[in-house]
Amino acid sequence: MRQLLEGSRAVVEAVRLCRPQVIAAYPITPQTHIIEHLAQFVADGDLPAGFINAESEFGAASVVLGAVAGGARAFTATASQGLLLMTEVLYNIAGMRLPLVMVCANRAVSAPINIFSDHQDSMSVRDAGWVQLYVESNQEAVDTVIQAYRIAETCELPVMVCMDGFFLTHTFEPVEIPEQAAVDEFLPPFHFARTLNPAQPMTLGGGSEPDNYLEFRAAQHQAMEQASEVIAAIDLDFGDHFGRSYGGLAEPYRLEGADTVMVTLGSTMGAVRDAADTLRGNGMPVGAVRLRCFRPFPAQALIHCLAGAKRVVVLEKAFSAGMGGIVSTELRAALHQAGMPIPVESFIGGLGGRDLTPAVIEEIFHLAASGKDFATSRFAGLDTGAMPSIEET
Amino acid sequence: MDTRDTFRHNVLTSGHRACSGCGEAMAARMVVDLIGPDAIYVNATGCLQVFTTHNQQSAWQAPWIHSVFANAAAVASGVEAALRARGKDTPVVVQAGDGGTFDIGLQCLSGMIERGHDVLFVCYDNEAYMNTGVQRSSSTPHAVRTTTTPPGRLSEGKHHLKKDLISIIAAHQMPYAATATVAYFPDLKAKVEKAMRIKGPRFLHVLSPCPLGWDHDAALSVTVARLAVETGLFPLIEMEYGAVTGVMRLARQRPVEEYLKLQGRFKHLFADKEGAAEIRHLQALADANIRRYGLLDARTEWDTDRAVQAQRQGRGGYAVSPKETSL
Ligand SMILES: Cc1ncc(C[n+]2csc(CCOP(=O)(O)OP(=O)(O)O)c2C)c(N)n1
Ligand code: SF4
Ligand SMILES: [Mg+2]
Repeated sequence: MRQLLEGSRAVVEAVRLCRPQVIAAYPITPQTHIIEHLAQFVADGDLPAGFINAESEFGAASVVLGAVAGGARAFTATASQGLLLMTEVLYNIAGMRLPLVMVCANRAVSAPINIFSDHQDSMSVRDAGWVQLYVESNQEAVDTVIQAYRIAETCELPVMVCMDGFFLTHTFEPVEIPEQAAVDEFLPPFHFARTLNPAQPMTLGGGSEPDNYLEFRAAQHQAMEQASEVIAAIDLDFGDHFGRSYGGLAEPYRLEGADTVMVTLGSTMGAVRDAADTLRGNGMPVGAVRLRCFRPFPAQALIHCLAGAKRVVVLEKAFSAGMGGIVSTELRAALHQAGMPIPVESFIGGLGGRDLTPAVIEEIFHLAASGKDFATSRFAGLDTGAMPSIEET
Repeated sequence: MDTRDTFRHNVLTSGHRACSGCGEAMAARMVVDLIGPDAIYVNATGCLQVFTTHNQQSAWQAPWIHSVFANAAAVASGVEAALRARGKDTPVVVQAGDGGTFDIGLQCLSGMIERGHDVLFVCYDNEAYMNTGVQRSSSTPHAVRTTTTPPGRLSEGKHHLKKDLISIIAAHQMPYAATATVAYFPDLKAKVEKAMRIKGPRFLHVLSPCPLGWDHDAALSVTVARLAVETGLFPLIEMEYGAVTGVMRLARQRPVEEYLKLQGRFKHLFADKEGAAEIRHLQALADANIRRYGLLDARTEWDTDRAVQAQRQGRGGYAVSPKETSL
């Protein structure tokens, strides 16, 4: 059914359709509406799940960890400081190969404290062993949550659905909410092979030594690599069931004959599409790729998309201080490995909610296409005059 | 009918890697064999987890999970919620050291109790971070030598008092909280059995001597635990909804020196007069427990109020005996 819903509310409809049995909640802007809506569903008897108000995000992540080990489908959501507070548990969940889904309502990381959106939170935990899917729209958020449970439970890997805080979570858009019967057909009932059970006692999370830790870790990496195919296949299968799919790992836009290709993630893609349309209208051969799946890193899919490009420009909303853009660095490595010497420059922008308008993006396209002032990483729209200096403060 | 001998479940079986005389191994074996294999055990990081699951070899013959150091109570909350959602009533039991309970795990534990999860939390208190090599915790008693509270020219060991955890736990108005030790098995057994009959959050605090960290003869673990009780340093009590509902009274009080002198962690106190002052302070703390919980009819000797209020600022225990002040 098509409804006009706030992004958080739409996501919660998807969560409900997946029949989670345990939900752990802790408030943080811009995620809070998600858990508030879920609390209301549970209170109204519309969602028969245990709703656990945790004492922190560290606790919330631990509660859902225990819930999955106890044999239940589980859900939690967080952002920013909350995600960082969960970090130790995120690694642990992935290492134990627990199939879990959470939503990250992407938000900047302190200091300075800022509640608005960028990707620094989820990018900071990119090595934790979670599948990370970045969505462009509220419809995709709904559909990706449903896909995420199937990915998680097929691969025994945790999946983080990353949706831009405010830009998506607080925006009203018409979304198609699938029918329960269709979701039930797409997503089999929860089953976890290593469920804690006295009839079949198992030890989960025991110690390991140098002679086998490496093998556990390598197996985890292998599972992530193999997940790429599953993610792509499940997106296609979702298309067969519901008539919507999102390009699997990476979604191309107007790549025919494109010399300059912009790579970006999340809701920014909407403005990138508009900018590309305008420039194409002016006869400029530009295109774009939306990186939907950041972990596992879809090197093959990106290489495939960028095969015809002369220049690549990454527009990214997070960076590694002292190093530069994260996605661009990984993309350069992938292209180099594939023997594709395409220059990749990076614009870091949209930090802490700074608007990335089509006009800003057109400018970036122009600069990148000209090949002038090439820089591996730079900040888009930086006002150097406004930068604080320690001496002044 | 279940004909299994309660002491033959071997939920924690032999072949693990605890030190000889390990009070925590002893306590855990007692507790889990009383509860049995039809339960789910959640362990915090610490000696018990390390010595029972070395290198993918497990000594547990019941479903058992370890996640990280601080989160055992939250993991147990999730396990319990999952079981409830699946219509099962398998008991859930947490096991953690004092570090995993008094310090890093306290926030998750408080949340678990406040939310009323049907979980028994057992703390095996060996009064320091033993797994990492004997560092102080907030459970370490006053004046103890640990590797992070070393006695030295300016110090007599730990400067702060052992945290009164049972009061913090009891302040949650929970159905059952009790202390026990490996030295009084019938008492421990009664408390475990009582705890397992009650629904809701329950807490069991088991003093568990550590021959390595306490630096005592491995054959004396039970003796040392008994002396902790008989001196008044570790009162055996039960609390229900915040009120003390049971105490194990003492036939007579033993002087704290009898307990201290068996353990290398207190050895420095017997070396000089500053140490002697700390021993007097420890005696006053034991007396304070005796008075507070009514463990004896007789009056105790020391100014116990000032002992528990003592500001710890480095060297120098605080205790004034009536005899000394009258000098
Ligand atoms: C977050 C974190 N900090 C520190 C450690 C290191 N560490 C492991 S066990 C332990 C001490 C455990 O002490 P306690 O809980 O008293 O258990 P015990 O080993 O004494 O039985 C520490 C500090 C850790 N594993 N995780
Ligand atoms: S260090 Fe102490 S608690 Fe740890 S195994 Fe040895 S005796 Fe037991
Ligand atoms: Mg300890």
